[in-house]
Amino acid sequence: MTPLQKVQEQFSKDILEARIFSNEETLTIKPSALKAVAEFLKGTPGLEFNFLMDLTAVDYLFYAGGRVQKEWRFEVVYHFFSLKFNHRIRIKVAVDETNPQVDSLSGLWASANWYEREVWDMFGIRFTDHPDLKRILMYEEFQGHPLRKDYPVNKRQPLIGPKI
Amino acid sequence: MPGKTKPWIGSNAMSRLSSPSNFFTSKLKDALGWARKFSIFQYPFVTACCGMEYMSTNASHYDQDRFGAGFPRFSPRQSDVLFVVGTISQKMAPVLKTVYDQMCEPKWVVAFGVCTCTGGFYDNYSTVMGIDTVIPVDIYIPGCPPRPENVIDGLIKLQAKIQTGEQSRTLYDPRAKKGRPAEVQDDYTIEQHIKHIGT
Repeated sequence: MTPLQKVQEQFSKDILEARIFSNEETLTIKPSALKAVAEFLKGTPGLEFNFLMDLTAVDYLFYAGGRVQKEWRFEVVYHFFSLKFNHRIRIKVAVDETNPQVDSLSGLWASANWYEREVWDMFGIRFTDHPDLKRILMYEEFQGHPLRKDYPVNKRQPLIGPKI
Repeated sequence: MPGKTKPWIGSNAMSRLSSPSNFFTSKLKDALGWARKFSIFQYPFVTACCGMEYMSTNASHYDQDRFGAGFPRFSPRQSDVLFVVGTISQKMAPVLKTVYDQMCEPKWVVAFGVCTCTGGFYDNYSTVMGIDTVIPVDIYIPGCPPRPENVIDGLIKLQAKIQTGEQSRTLYDPRAKKGRPAEVQDDYTIEQHIKHIGT
């Protein structure tokens, strides 16, 4: 039984999409279930995902030139790895545009702390219960979130004027 | 030379030469400029790929030391020329300003590579579009990265400028230009930003 099947069995009602592509297992889940799924992945004997390898986000606005319309705008993507069993799983969390907010996993994996700050900085997705959710790459006065697809590419920020 | 109003430097060492005069005359300003231009202590502010080309210019093949500029100092307080080598991001800008402020007078700034001159091919949320919006620049060396010959050409032009005693004191002010985009705001100054970063 693969990790994907185990999660599917436990959280069947919270799963939006499940996909296996070249032996990479991917699950898209509802944000409300993230904390429970994460605890399940870390704590269940036989899974024991003790390593959060990557945490990032995707903005699907104008995806594929606007031809593909998703019901949600963002996806927060988690890559988990188990050092003990050498298996991996990718969890995507569907996040709405109106209230971009998911639970913080920094209590379970310490590496989530800075990743989540980066996602907040670049995409403007808030992480509830994060110990110190502030910008990590840009400065505090920076306006907007630059990796959102509706961020104007040539927008000038307050700090340095433009060269026209 | 009695009767002349020029300042001069007398030298008895010259008296052995078969010159009719026992004096070597110069303006004090020129003598200082001559001394300064051949003893440049540079501060390399290296942030990106231009640093490779900077090293190649400084190493034995092209040998900047021929121009008296071979000795980089890694303290701004001991340097005369600030070499800004590589892309400057908005978050790095206050650091660059601080380094510039820490340098003793007289000081000069060289923008090395097109990123420091204008922002280069970056036109995005993170890059400073020309360091002359942050600190005054004396010599611009374009190129991505510039060839060592180009760097040496810039260095010789800098020496000519040092000889005259001129220094750039003004920033590039984009507000002076017309037709700026509406979203641009200039309220936030670099000083405010430094204050913020310090906390």
